[in-house]
Amino acid sequence: MSAETLEQTESAEKRSVVVGVDEDGIQNYTINFGPQHPAAHGVLRLVMELDGEIVERCDPHVGLLHRGTEKLIEHKTYLQALPYFDRLDYCSPLGMEHSYVLAIEKLLDLEVPIRAQYLRVFFAELTRICNHMLNLGSHVMDVGAMTPNLWMFEIREDCLNFFERASGARMHSAYFRPGGVHQDVPLKLLTDIADWLDNRLPTLFEDAISLVADNRIFKQRNVDIAVCSKEDALAWGFSGPMIRGSGIPWDIRKSQPYDVYDRMEFDVPVGTRFDCYDRFMVRVEEVRQSARIMKQCLNEMPEGPIASFDRKVVPPKRGEMKQSMEALIHHFKLYTEGFHVPAGEVYVATESPKGEFGVYLVSDGSNKPYRCKIRPTAFSHLQAMDFMMKGHMLADTTAVLGAMDIVFGECDR
Amino acid sequence: MSVHSAPLVKPIDGLADELTKLAGSDLLALVEAADEMTLVVARDALVAVMTKLRDAAQYQQLMEIAGVDYLDRPERFEVVYHLLSVTRNHRIRVKVSTDEATPVPSVTDIWPVAGWLEREVFDMYGVIFSGNTDLRRILTDYGFSGHPQRKDFPLTGFVELRYSEEGKRVVYEPVKLAQDFRNFDFMSPWEGAEYILPGDEKAHGEAPGAPTPAPAADKPAPASKLSPEAKTKKTTDKPADTGAGKKANKAAAKKSEGKA
Repeated sequence: MSAETLEQTESAEKRSVVVGVDEDGIQNYTINFGPQHPAAHGVLRLVMELDGEIVERCDPHVGLLHRGTEKLIEHKTYLQALPYFDRLDYCSPLGMEHSYVLAIEKLLDLEVPIRAQYLRVFFAELTRICNHMLNLGSHVMDVGAMTPNLWMFEIREDCLNFFERASGARMHSAYFRPGGVHQDVPLKLLTDIADWLDNRLPTLFEDAISLVADNRIFKQRNVDIAVCSKEDALAWGFSGPMIRGSGIPWDIRKSQPYDVYDRMEFDVPVGTRFDCYDRFMVRVEEVRQSARIMKQCLNEMPEGPIASFDRKVVPPKRGEMKQSMEALIHHFKLYTEGFHVPAGEVYVATESPKGEFGVYLVSDGSNKPYRCKIRPTAFSHLQAMDFMMKGHMLADTTAVLGAMDIVFGECDR
Repeated sequence: MSVHSAPLVKPIDGLADELTKLAGSDLLALVEAADEMTLVVARDALVAVMTKLRDAAQYQQLMEIAGVDYLDRPERFEVVYHLLSVTRNHRIRVKVSTDEATPVPSVTDIWPVAGWLEREVFDMYGVIFSGNTDLRRILTDYGFSGHPQRKDFPLTGFVELRYSEEGKRVVYEPVKLAQDFRNFDFMSPWEGAEYILPGDEKAHGEAPGAPTPAPAADKPAPASKLSPEAKTKKTTDKPADTGAGKKANKAAAKKSEGKA
């Protein structure tokens, strides 16, 4: 199975070949990996210089999915800009929204009700599980195994169904709003997720991981591949599982807690050999820790409002609008003019499933952001591709890319 | 005391003094707002200050470089660096300003990650970084011209592309929109809208609760809202205004018999 997949992959890689000759008459290949390649996780074009099968140089070309999100956000009100964040990293939409709503709340200095904070943490962790299912599964498949991916997509499907039951949309939820969340969740959804966390998730997930974690072929493809020291990880701006895979116990949820993460008990896994296998296993452990956080949320989540009562920011519910003229006016003003954010600038970064996802928000006091710079996680990781690939075999590219967890919606914006 | 639930970056006591001493005369301003610290630094001293911040003040990581365009400033661009210290658990922001022509010293020698981040600022704003050896465009298309994040760059851009069935290739054409981009101004008129509502130009000088509108005497309404001033008068007040010109001869100057 694995050999066949590998052969197909390589024939696709060698479609476009440019031959260069150096002074010794030895030919160096320059090949295009992508932009249409199943293992490129989207539209990545890698221009690689090969000496035989050894990668000498690797120049990633990104931007093929550039949609001008930041420019568009400057022309939208704060609330209208929110759904763009779902579409950045479409594998973990709520992680992106989280940074943005926190940035707005920081500028407004808006208090969020405690239940809303719990719901946000709860669904952010569900997002993490959902994201890691995609990444771990495709990483495993990129190096030749098929079955674990199918099982992990089962889990991912469950997660997407839960998102749909909470927000109405499977992927682009737009569920986190400035001041809280959009809607309260039904009790049945919470009990169903609790049941899922206890039974289905551990069974499926541990089964899938048991197939690869100690698998000889999987280890041969990942152990000691793309080793990145602590110093390199710092210098190249790594974050998330990438910096933890390099042995630095840095997790924004722990060190700069937001929402109710300071009430949560969870462990931060770190790597010991700083290779692709470590990054993989860090994510595996993060899934278990996320499940742990979600269970704590379910235990501790209080009843109460799910959004701030500041009617200059959070629109009233429809039932209220039928009774109160003031509510109707607030609703109208918020959905036409939007709310005004005091002038100022903040940089808010949260621990998204892929690493530090930051939003640098500059407000000029109007109803639209003056500037909204999005700090993608993939940009710094992908840039390190060159030095991490140097001296490795061509076939290791997919393992390195898989362990980086890159999604181009977010990288290219 | 702030009440929001955004990531808690604990302020460090005496950090402002420490950084002021560290940067010395290269520090133009130090701003603390919303629990975040911003250092405005002289452009030429950027590399020196950044090196000190990394080595002496332990800000090991460069997380982000953002460009911002302020059209009305003489040096219109701000380049904003976000630094993170994983040992002190703290973030700071460092700013320099520049214009279209003046290069900003590159920090790629301090943090290799700056390479792509500077490329992005160059691509989006046209800010030049001296010392960055690989200053290519990064996010926009191959062969793109212009810098799309500038405030004077239109949202719709200038070119659009489509696949041409005749040419069997992708062709670039000037943007043709069936409908203009609709940028609604939802600001309420009494909170800083930039236009004057029809009829509002009469309202000047009126005391609150005045029974009739006072004449708009002291401050005329903007010209665009009034009918344009007539170039030639439309009334005939004296014989010279009739446009008849001088009498052609004496006979014409004579008044007619009947009337006299």
